[in-house]
Amino acid sequence: MTGRAGLVLRSIAPFVAALPVLWLVQGVLPSYHSFVFINIAVNVILAVSLNVVNGFTGQFSIGHAAFMAVGAYTAALVTTGMETFQVMGLPPVASDAVVFFVALVAGMAMASLAGLLVGIPSLRLRGDYLAIVTLGFGEIIRVIIENTRVLGQATGISGLPAYTNVVWAGMGVVATVVMARRLLLSTQGRALLAIREDEVAAEAMGVDTVGWKVRAFVISAAFAGLAGALLVHKIQLVTPRMFTFVKSMEVVVMVVLGGMGSITGSIVAATLLTVALESLQAADQYRMVIFSMLLIVLMLTRPSGIFGTREIWDAMPRWTRRRPGGRAT
Amino acid sequence: MSETLLSIRDLVVHYGVIRALSGISLEVPRGKIVALIGANGAGKSTTLRAISGLLRPTSGAIEFQGRSIAGIPSHAIVAKGVAQAPEGRGIFLNLTVKENLDLGAYLRRDRSGIDADRERAYALFPILKERSAQVSGTLSGGEQQMLAVARALMSRPTLLLLDEPSLGLAPQFVDRIFQVIQEINEAGVSLLLVEQNANMALQVSHHAYVLETGAIVMQGSGAELLASPDVRKAYLGE
Repeated sequence: MTGRAGLVLRSIAPFVAALPVLWLVQGVLPSYHSFVFINIAVNVILAVSLNVVNGFTGQFSIGHAAFMAVGAYTAALVTTGMETFQVMGLPPVASDAVVFFVALVAGMAMASLAGLLVGIPSLRLRGDYLAIVTLGFGEIIRVIIENTRVLGQATGISGLPAYTNVVWAGMGVVATVVMARRLLLSTQGRALLAIREDEVAAEAMGVDTVGWKVRAFVISAAFAGLAGALLVHKIQLVTPRMFTFVKSMEVVVMVVLGGMGSITGSIVAATLLTVALESLQAADQYRMVIFSMLLIVLMLTRPSGIFGTREIWDAMPRWTRRRPGGRAT
Repeated sequence: MSETLLSIRDLVVHYGVIRALSGISLEVPRGKIVALIGANGAGKSTTLRAISGLLRPTSGAIEFQGRSIAGIPSHAIVAKGVAQAPEGRGIFLNLTVKENLDLGAYLRRDRSGIDADRERAYALFPILKERSAQVSGTLSGGEQQMLAVARALMSRPTLLLLDEPSLGLAPQFVDRIFQVIQEINEAGVSLLLVEQNANMALQVSHHAYVLETGAIVMQGSGAELLASPDVRKAYLGE
């Protein structure tokens, strides 16, 4: 299928296909398992969106949790502010869905605005500067939140409506993956890969490198905001401690572990790590020790991540193979 | 004398406090091959980097088709029709040969024209056609150089800047590259060629400049410079 119609179809079809499946899953999944499912979904969104910056474009951002925080707080303010709001002529369930959708979009918008704010000055620089700036930005956001009365300071905002369910979280994943895949297969996606490979040469091809780095960063920030908004409407609480440097590093680990630039790699790594962290709950104080050892073993055996820059189908028999999006190293 | 495509006047470029170019002036007429020769550190690559926008000149004018291009971003200069094969080839080593060529046409949207130009590039360098699906990091140095030239042509430039196209190449590749440079020129592309291989560069160029420690010390037609005793002594090892 080619042309614009085919493109639109390929972008919409995943949503249409996923919706009934997610409804079913929601119906049969026990509550603890759906909690884990949502956790996985949130981490997949975070990892895939960070991969757009760190994997496709080859920049190094370590402040993803900050954009998550911006999205989470924005959405929280919207839903708490509109809790008693009733959309005219709609049953309460549908009205809540509308409110939540608005909250998610608002969260994404604010997060992308924050991304733009951080990205424009810092992406003019090359190399490690972005890492330093994003690290600093993450701390600044946290400190601002801890000192802002409307945002509940250090105690945060509690009693958020529990809007997030399997369907919402699953649709968030679909949206993120469709975005990443469409981007990677486009001309602009190839421009991002060119920036990763050699920034000077990309510029020599006529790629507006600063412009596209900023765009990738903004898109990535928006989806981090979505993940944050989804998470806090499951646990019904948002505090600044949820968005520390540790959370940012966790996402970086997922991206590196899955393979820089591999979408399926990010999905698998995020799922594995989330499940590992959950099942290690029982091990309590040894949890982080085991977790770290797991990472060391994985990095020793697969230094370029589980899939490298390849996708999962590159590891399958030849007849099922499709064109890989971006291959490297 | 044909119309001037690129003109540089009194160009001064500094790296920090070090002055790399102290007021050079040169011209590339439309449809010609102009060579810039000189020893290491004379400022040849600096000149190219200033033209392509990778370096900001301290002072002086760079005009392309009568409009100033000094100080505008590199990618915008490409859009005006000045393509470059960057120093050190700048091949995207992890992408395939075809993907590299397609990135060369990044600014173009005419799909059929791009396909036609890709075929033309393959005709110019048949080895690239054989290797089109191969990751370009697996190419030899000479093949990568050919890819760099072919890729620069994919933007359909008016002016092509080539930085040391023969650097590090086996002799048979050097001959081939200079042959292609002439073929490209015959197809209507003007070229500014920076070379250490003065002998080959002077043979193919219509006009040439000799650069020494940031200043132009001599200029003339390729044949004139080839005959000049000074040039023969300094650059041709006689």
